[in-house]
Amino acid sequence: MTIDKQINFHTISVLVDNEPGVLARVIGLFSGRGYNIESLTVAEVDIEKSLSRITIVTSGTEMIIEQIKAQLGRLVPVHRVSDLTLEGPHVDRELALVKVIGTGDKRVESLRIADIFRARAVDSTNESFVFEIVGDTGKLNAFIDLMRPLGLADISRTGVAAIARGTSSL
Amino acid sequence: MSTTQISGAEIILKALADQGVEVIFGYPGGAVLPIYDAIFNQNQIRHILVRQEGGAVHAAEGYARSTGKVGVVLVTSGPGATNAVTGLTDALMDSIPIICLTGQVPTHLIGNDAFQECDTTGITRPCTKHNYLVKDVKDLSHVMHEAFHVARSGRPGPVVIDLPKDVCMAPGDYTPKEEIPLKKYQPRLSPDSDKIAEAVELIASAKKPVFYCGGGVINSGPEASRLLTEFVRTTGYPCTLTLMGLGAYPSSDKQFLGMLGMHGTYEANMSMHDCDVMVCIGARFDDRITGRLDAFAPGSKKIHVDIDPSSINKNVKVDIPIVGDVAHALREMIDCWKAKKYKPDAAALDKWWAQIADWRAVDSLKFTQPKDIIKPQYVLQRLQELTKDKDTYITTEVGQHQMWAAQYIGFDEPNRWMTSGGLGTMGYGLPAAMGVQVAHPDSLVIDISGEASFLMNMQELSTISQYRLPVKCLILNNFYMGMVRQWQELLHGGRYAESYMESLPDFVKLADTFGMTGLRTTKPDEVDDILKEMIETDGPVIADVQIDPTENCFPMIPSGAAHNEMLLGPDDKAAKPISEEGMVLV
Repeated sequence: MTIDKQINFHTISVLVDNEPGVLARVIGLFSGRGYNIESLTVAEVDIEKSLSRITIVTSGTEMIIEQIKAQLGRLVPVHRVSDLTLEGPHVDRELALVKVIGTGDKRVESLRIADIFRARAVDSTNESFVFEIVGDTGKLNAFIDLMRPLGLADISRTGVAAIARGTSSL
Repeated sequence: MSTTQISGAEIILKALADQGVEVIFGYPGGAVLPIYDAIFNQNQIRHILVRQEGGAVHAAEGYARSTGKVGVVLVTSGPGATNAVTGLTDALMDSIPIICLTGQVPTHLIGNDAFQECDTTGITRPCTKHNYLVKDVKDLSHVMHEAFHVARSGRPGPVVIDLPKDVCMAPGDYTPKEEIPLKKYQPRLSPDSDKIAEAVELIASAKKPVFYCGGGVINSGPEASRLLTEFVRTTGYPCTLTLMGLGAYPSSDKQFLGMLGMHGTYEANMSMHDCDVMVCIGARFDDRITGRLDAFAPGSKKIHVDIDPSSINKNVKVDIPIVGDVAHALREMIDCWKAKKYKPDAAALDKWWAQIADWRAVDSLKFTQPKDIIKPQYVLQRLQELTKDKDTYITTEVGQHQMWAAQYIGFDEPNRWMTSGGLGTMGYGLPAAMGVQVAHPDSLVIDISGEASFLMNMQELSTISQYRLPVKCLILNNFYMGMVRQWQELLHGGRYAESYMESLPDFVKLADTFGMTGLRTTKPDEVDDILKEMIETDGPVIADVQIDPTENCFPMIPSGAAHNEMLLGPDDKAAKPISEEGMVLV
């Protein structure tokens, strides 16, 4: 028996009943069993059937990831668990609102970089911008790093939302 | 209120009756008074009044495990609910179907720090299979029936239904069981046929096979035990059982190796270590079973049947995982074995049994009974002899006596052995025995106990007395928390910190105050007499059998050791010191 020690990141989509306590159940499972949550995003996706979709980015060995999926799958309000990382190509996107405060060259530079990253200014004063940027986690991290010396003041991120490419659905 | 509407409390009682509930174990309080009023006004369901809510859950566990039915508990809000938490966790760990109805403050007071309020669903979320807070009487019928479905299907477990007082008093309509759609929770029962075929082929090709089976076989129902016995006998392979699985395969059968694990027999653990094909059915590779993981059954191919996918590949990576119900899987395995006309490798099997015979010859459960002091093993061996032809149910507390009972008492049928395996809850056995006795009023129910565990829930003696439950409490009294003392001897230089039992009650007088029969002995030659008297006494009995306080439980796989590194007796320990890594394990 060999225990695989390689740690990998996985994006897992979970379809759950939108009922009180369901998020606490999922989070409690992760904290209670010592699993990692890198990112967590929840919103109702089917109002008629009252279903929410939770997207979790987690990390662990192959055995841990298998455990996480099995543990999620046996929760009563969980309808389906899908490991997007394993089940073929998928798109993952995150939205961030980034506040940059500055004047002069730094202000101009922040606007120029925002343009390169296709970030939009959604709020502006004489000394500040709020940029809205959408992309994968890496792109957002790169943008935020570039904004740091230019007066980065505040960040709000949504966490990852992900979906499979092609015709398959959750 | 229209003429057809009834109160929430009456809906609860109707739903319980509809689900075939015969008995509730409970304790009243402010928040559940409407439910108690509804109980008062009906005659179908019996209520057993316990003396502390923890006892109610263990009693319901005993009831559930000895009958295969769902055990039902009713407690009040706040302290009623928090007292139930240990029992709920116990039931979760051992996969016992329990419905626990908890009272709650009225909905408008929730979150207000009201009198006897606690966040019951929050507290019990990690220690239940599922829980509900019913905020509207319209949801009540559905929640009640769904809760029973969740508790008993798949891997069974405890379910809490939190019931605010206003919901119990509100008028509403009852919806019968048949009219409730249950599409939500549908665990897979039938295994994948390809995997079954692959597994059976591997089983047939084995040269050194072993069946390793657990509580999942018992939870699957008596038919699963019958099928397991049939399949094991068809193959002619050896079979070992976990603590939770005792009774799933007849202990008197020659193919039975005894219990495995930390205090399992030498032959069972050595067979596990040396096997080439391991067939794990309804067991979960618990740390008490595997010992050191990197030395667990090296060189074996493993098949694992479990209804809970999260049990598979959790601790040990297996070669053929099979998700499904044990009885379904065994039936398909037997059919496949017959259809393909498999025959075991007779020559290899003979060699394997010869090897096992050598291990058996070590006689790892041997002991000597001296003239002057009682050995616990002797008491249990005699108890086994004196009860083997009777309709007997055994419960235990937790500790040395529990392991000795598992080693020396044999079970030929499932549902006869009730012990706290996963959580290891001291104080489990007495209330559990109560629940068993309520379910089987005419059977012999014995709680094998230690004096320390016995004190943990002995308020229930009052319940036993009230309902004249003829439970027999056999206390193996060594004046120590024996297992704690044993570990202190092995791991902490014999510094017995706080593991003695001082100021014990006089158990004979204690029995007397509750109108029970009290017996005591310190002499080996009185053991038979006292056991006979205990068994033959009509009502409840406390038998205080004072045993050798220095006796340790062997054989033993020390923590952090492998199956082939067992300590066989007191003289064995010097040769194999316990490692640093082993010290930190529990």
